[in-house]
Amino acid sequence: MADIHIKGVTKAFGEHVAVDNLDLRIADGEFVVLLGPTGAGKTTTLRLIAGLERPDTGSIHIGTRDATALSPAERDTAFVFQQYSLYPHLSVYDNLAFPLRSPARKMPEDKIRHRVEEVARMVRIHHKLNNRSTRLSGGEMQRVAIGRALVRKPAIYLMDEPLSSLDAKLRADLRLELKRIQAELGATMLYVTHDQIEAMTMADRIGILADGVLVQIGTPRTIYSEPANLHVAARLGQPAINLLPTGLLPDGDAPAGTKTIGARTEHLSIGKASNGHADGVVDWVEHLGDQNHLHVSVGTKKLVTLTDPDTQLEKGDKVTIRYRAPLFFDQAGNRIANQ
Amino acid sequence: MSLTTAHSVVAPSATSKLVAGTIIVAYALISIVPLLWIFATSFKTPPDSIAYPPKIVFQPSLEGYCNLFSTRTRQTPEYINSLGPATGLCDETVRKRNMVIAGPSNFMPRFVNSLIIAFGSTFCAVFLGTLSAYGFSRFKVPLADDLLFFILSTRMMPPIAVAIPIYLMYRELGLSDTALGMILLYTAVNVSLAVWLLKGFIDEIPREYEEAAMIDGYTRLQAFWRTVLPQATTGIAATAIFCLIFAWNEYAFAALLTSGTAQTAPPFIPTIIGEGGQDWPAVAAGTTIFLVPILVFTILLRKQLLRGITFGAVRK
Repeated sequence: MADIHIKGVTKAFGEHVAVDNLDLRIADGEFVVLLGPTGAGKTTTLRLIAGLERPDTGSIHIGTRDATALSPAERDTAFVFQQYSLYPHLSVYDNLAFPLRSPARKMPEDKIRHRVEEVARMVRIHHKLNNRSTRLSGGEMQRVAIGRALVRKPAIYLMDEPLSSLDAKLRADLRLELKRIQAELGATMLYVTHDQIEAMTMADRIGILADGVLVQIGTPRTIYSEPANLHVAARLGQPAINLLPTGLLPDGDAPAGTKTIGARTEHLSIGKASNGHADGVVDWVEHLGDQNHLHVSVGTKKLVTLTDPDTQLEKGDKVTIRYRAPLFFDQAGNRIANQ
Repeated sequence: MSLTTAHSVVAPSATSKLVAGTIIVAYALISIVPLLWIFATSFKTPPDSIAYPPKIVFQPSLEGYCNLFSTRTRQTPEYINSLGPATGLCDETVRKRNMVIAGPSNFMPRFVNSLIIAFGSTFCAVFLGTLSAYGFSRFKVPLADDLLFFILSTRMMPPIAVAIPIYLMYRELGLSDTALGMILLYTAVNVSLAVWLLKGFIDEIPREYEEAAMIDGYTRLQAFWRTVLPQATTGIAATAIFCLIFAWNEYAFAALLTSGTAQTAPPFIPTIIGEGGQDWPAVAAGTTIFLVPILVFTILLRKQLLRGITFGAVRK
């Protein structure tokens, strides 16, 4: 294990700048998640660290070594791809042993067997070691793919949306397992996803990428409660944050220069209008079982918030809405920090 | 309205199956009759082979095969009687025609030439084709599209159009009537087919496999050998059959460029006719044996061949 230092890395494919002047430092044993939509440069960042792409400018240090010009084999990273990562012509055992059998390593077969069995138990696939890798379910395949990264003890594990092709239940299970394994090994990990729940639950720090730029990096709590700008604010929270212009509702203590107010569920108090004054009308209530989504019209704007499962509000009800310490953003979309 | 005739949109109806089946059977019969005729002729005696009306039922004889593998000289009955008892089936058969076996014919060496040249050129074409296809598939080759078109364009004219320049070049280079010359020639003709077919197959193999291997400590060549090649075997087998069939059947260049030591079976077989009358059973026997290797190869690899033919039509 080692820390990773990316300094001023830019990578363009033709006209398209995939990664723009990226600075990122990952500490030894840290779990960093890069969160962003498709095309934000997440995968390119991983491929740059793995050596599958060379940066146009900037440098990449792995541990104390400058790895910028090293071949993938020399960098000592492990990569879990989104899909296609198991060799269809090999058994589960041989897939797991493949990295250890590399000519660069020359590990004796009995040591390989020992290590493969250890990892197979860790990812709970040891009962299927002799299966053809094509005869596995999606979840099992992905566990083998993760296992194949874990058999080695590289400087850093790079994971490219390893759970995105799985169904919701498996994703939740593997999310927990992956976090458990990472903590057990004390592994340095850079994990890429567009799923905010994965980012919130697993990361020590989350980096928000947009159009190749690292917009903000910090703990999940910081990113959630102190987003740097509108883009970051919109990436986290379910339902998504409501972005409203000033003047729509009583602004309260909005600082000077505020143009947009960001209000999540916890930033709004909604009550049934009683004495004739109302701010909005309930459009409909989405019943999700354990919670409800409340859709409210305020003038031409629509709000979505969570509400109790036993809410008394119904479609057509007039409501009053007040902010409770919401987020304030200026003209440029940057958040204005509370004094 | 009848409820018993469940009609599926995608499954062919009984009528269309019947029509398709009839056409296939008819086509198979038309194709196989000449082959059966050659096979039957190879077991006829020379008089039976030219009998009119043609004999469907006949007494089978190995005379064609005896004649194919031997050269014979005509002798007087007195001389033949003075010899000891016949030493084998063929000896006995030719003596009935007032002949004795003088030695082995050139068929075996020519057949071996065919094997060496066809398999040798197939190996070279597939080897070069796999490496170039991999290169075109995975790397940014400057002018890749133009190069690929150039490679394809070598296949656009009939090869025989360049027969005379090649004949003159080969004479200058001393490649005329050599196995090496024929292997080079057939490789050159086949390599374009191999590159194009194999590029399609290799494009279908996701590059993540090699990338994963390279991150795991393998060099690109090792990654290619360990991950790409095993998955390309279907494509390589299909390509190999197409190349082999071409090289095995090729007649025109073989007739032009080989006459002796490197002569292949296709130009040799017709020359049998001239040796002592029209020996159709020997020609048919040569043709029958000539068919065997390609038949075995094709049956062994028929699945890959089918995949090669339908390639691109169906996604996996």
